Amino acid sequence: MRSTSSKNRTRRAAKSAAALLAAALALALTGCGGNDNKSSNGGGSSGSSGSVKLPKLNGQTLEVAAVWTGAEQDNFMKVMDEFKKRTGAKVNFVPTGNNTSTFLGTKIQGGQPPDVAFLPQVGVLHQFADKGWLKPLGADAKAQLEKNFSKGWVDLGAWKGKQYGVYAKAANKSLVWYNTKAFEAAGITTPPKTWKDFLSTAQTLSDAGSPAVSIGGADGWTLTDWFENVYLSQAGPEKYDQLAAHKIKWTDPSVKEALTTLAQLWGKNDLIAGGTKGALNTEFPKSVTQTFSGSTPAAMVFEGDFVAANINGDTKAKLGTDAKVFPFPAVGSQAPVVSGGDVAVALKDSKGAQALLTFLASTDAAEIWAAQGGILSPNKEMDQSKYKDAITGQIAKQLLAAGDNFRFDMSDQAPAAFGGTAGIGEWKDLQDFLRNPKDVAGTQQKLEADAAKAYAAG
Amino acid sequence: MTSVANSTGGAGALPTPSVSPRKSVTGTRLWVAVLFLLPAFVLLGALVVYPIGYSVWRSLYDADGSGFVGLKNYGDIFSNDATLTAVRNTAIWVAVAPAIVTALGLIFAVMTERVRWGTAFKLIVFMPMAISMLAAGIIFRLVYEQDPGLGAANAVAKSIHDTFVSSSVYPGARPNETATDLKPSGGGSFTTTGTVKAGTPALLPLVGIAPNRLPGTPENARTASGSGVTGTVWLDFKLGGGGTKGKVDPGEKALKGVKVEAVKGGKVVASAQSGADGTFTLPAEADGAQLRLPASNFSAPYNGIDWLGPTLVTPAIIGAYVWMWAGFAMVLIAAGLAGVDRNLLEAARVDGANEWQVFRRVTVPLLAPVLVVVLITLMINVMKIFDLVYIIAPQPSQDDANVLALQLFLSSFGGGGNEGVGSAIGVILLLLVLPVMFVNIRRLRKERQR
Repeated sequence: MRSTSSKNRTRRAAKSAAALLAAALALALTGCGGNDNKSSNGGGSSGSSGSVKLPKLNGQTLEVAAVWTGAEQDNFMKVMDEFKKRTGAKVNFVPTGNNTSTFLGTKIQGGQPPDVAFLPQVGVLHQFADKGWLKPLGADAKAQLEKNFSKGWVDLGAWKGKQYGVYAKAANKSLVWYNTKAFEAAGITTPPKTWKDFLSTAQTLSDAGSPAVSIGGADGWTLTDWFENVYLSQAGPEKYDQLAAHKIKWTDPSVKEALTTLAQLWGKNDLIAGGTKGALNTEFPKSVTQTFSGSTPAAMVFEGDFVAANINGDTKAKLGTDAKVFPFPAVGSQAPVVSGGDVAVALKDSKGAQALLTFLASTDAAEIWAAQGGILSPNKEMDQSKYKDAITGQIAKQLLAAGDNFRFDMSDQAPAAFGGTAGIGEWKDLQDFLRNPKDVAGTQQKLEADAAKAYAAG
Repeated sequence: MTSVANSTGGAGALPTPSVSPRKSVTGTRLWVAVLFLLPAFVLLGALVVYPIGYSVWRSLYDADGSGFVGLKNYGDIFSNDATLTAVRNTAIWVAVAPAIVTALGLIFAVMTERVRWGTAFKLIVFMPMAISMLAAGIIFRLVYEQDPGLGAANAVAKSIHDTFVSSSVYPGARPNETATDLKPSGGGSFTTTGTVKAGTPALLPLVGIAPNRLPGTPENARTASGSGVTGTVWLDFKLGGGGTKGKVDPGEKALKGVKVEAVKGGKVVASAQSGADGTFTLPAEADGAQLRLPASNFSAPYNGIDWLGPTLVTPAIIGAYVWMWAGFAMVLIAAGLAGVDRNLLEAARVDGANEWQVFRRVTVPLLAPVLVVVLITLMINVMKIFDLVYIIAPQPSQDDANVLALQLFLSSFGGGGNEGVGSAIGVILLLLVLPVMFVNIRRLRKERQR
């Protein structure tokens, strides 16, 4: 997804930037150490200031595995630089590639687990915890976690009564990004708040001659996100949880209602950029670029906060002026907040791993990370003004405002064979539905058949 | 045994007379033979026999590899739609691809024999063989790209299409549903439900085009006047929105050159084109007729063929395969052709056979052994086709392009992660290849006997 051609150059640039940043931070921290409330429980054995107490780990080397590459990895390493400064422990980053669970599984079975890993799916956390591969959080990390995170996020990192993970990085998947020029041309001044408004806005945009909604249907996961937002808002969080755990069937009337609602948009070729056929040939990155560049750009594209990275990287549009964002419209009584995120877990029972998790749960780490851009932190105690740009701050606010009413991406909770594999399961079934939005009942049956098989296999 | 030993011993003894003939016989003793064969046996055992055995054993166990499930994995395969599609597609591949490749190879081989730059031509046809399957897959993913501006195949399709069918002036335009009685009347045309009367100008508002993207420099629209049968066709949307829907507001642009037909009882009685200000005037006989905007006004620009859609994806990938392997078939057949006795061809020509008869009755039968080799090699090759399908087929139609080897990979390492089922597919694949191998071996034996 991201270009790697200029990796070396960006690395070097990142390194010098990191050095600068570390220096600046050191200045800032020592400068405000005297009168700031942050220093109340700082200092201690680590000898450095900040809101968190960390042990001395001089000479140790920790290994951290996560899916990030390129800029995302560089941003994370800046947080690690601070960790090194405070504890003296060196951190090595191991990229896992796209299939994180397979990569970690082989590492663990081979007896070489990394100290800390970031898992992209809740399902993997459960699976690993059941196998006994994860080490529970220590007291320090737990204290930080409970101080800084709301219950919903704390519980997401727990399984069967034990706390394993820290959700240090979150994604807000209930956003619609729009091309401000298209909205101006169509004379739309306020973004839609409800699904009905959303449809009529789309109709107006289409009348004005811009393809209204860009859908990246060649990637199945964007379609599952569409469904999840509609379903969460329409059927409510309880039903959402039941469906995610496959306690109710996909043939449930609530699913029918959600699919019928989706069909109000997906069934209208006029409203979709390129029609449904075009949407099925559009990968996620293209769905963003065709909204913010080209001769006839589309007006709106739905997806999470990470769209910002594609807008910045692949188009000339400017966030905040050419590209703006509004929350996914409310289908039922409340607008949905569907989230995703990476959970940090310890795979080794070491002091270093616990210290790292403690640090990641702290506001200091969240603030440094947020300042790099491209991430959201569910840390509610952090200074929200540290976000790199106003848009990210707005998105983070929306995520936190949901309190514990947000729900984790359903397809990420499902077994990978249903919710996480290209060409099969929910991804494929929703693509078929996009191809033929009239077939609600048939889609439900296929979804149920695939889900039954995948959940039975575990 | 001894006679063979003696004879070889005698032959081997010649260059070293000092050593007694008895010693050199050791070369055929059993343990020495085993010793020399050992490396081959170990390699074959470790790399061929053991994996086959392990796959068979593994196919009888569940996803974890811990519970014995008997033949359940095989049952799963044949009750799974995806696998059945894979079986069907593999059958299509085996039936079609080798035949086309061999036929093309034969044609190329015979042709290149006769043209001046034959070697250069052969080189070019053979070149795709030098590319890896993966690279070829990526190339063809681009060739089959839907957007005619990117995909070569659709660029060709579009330019051919556009030479015969001219595109419309206002593609994508449509009536404003809420503000007009123009309704779709089939085939992309729109007809009013009401009728037009002389003296009351008709209003035909259209939307769906960006006002700043109209061709040329459009004038502002004007309501028609006069006592005749008149009306206006215009874009009922101005930049920035506003205005009343269904009314000609100031600043809204005229749509010039739209064909308007007057229809009475299903028959076109008159037609007109809108002028620069969007107005049109129909003759008096159109009074009381319905107005129709024929589809030719709006037809969307031709967008090429959906190569990688569910119906065409397998033929499209077979096309990529043919591109790669035609050169291979050509080179083998050309080698066979070089060994054909020219006198036989000459004799046929002298006997009055035309070129087609010579090719059909003499060349092809003489080449038959080579053709069979090529065909069988390709068949085995095609049965395990994986890379091209995996790379070329886009996600939404991957299921429709599925073949056994891909299904094997997907069920073992895809989301399901069930290596038991994967191994079972592997075993089935082996069983399918076996008869072809058997035919091949028998044919080789026969050849040796000849």
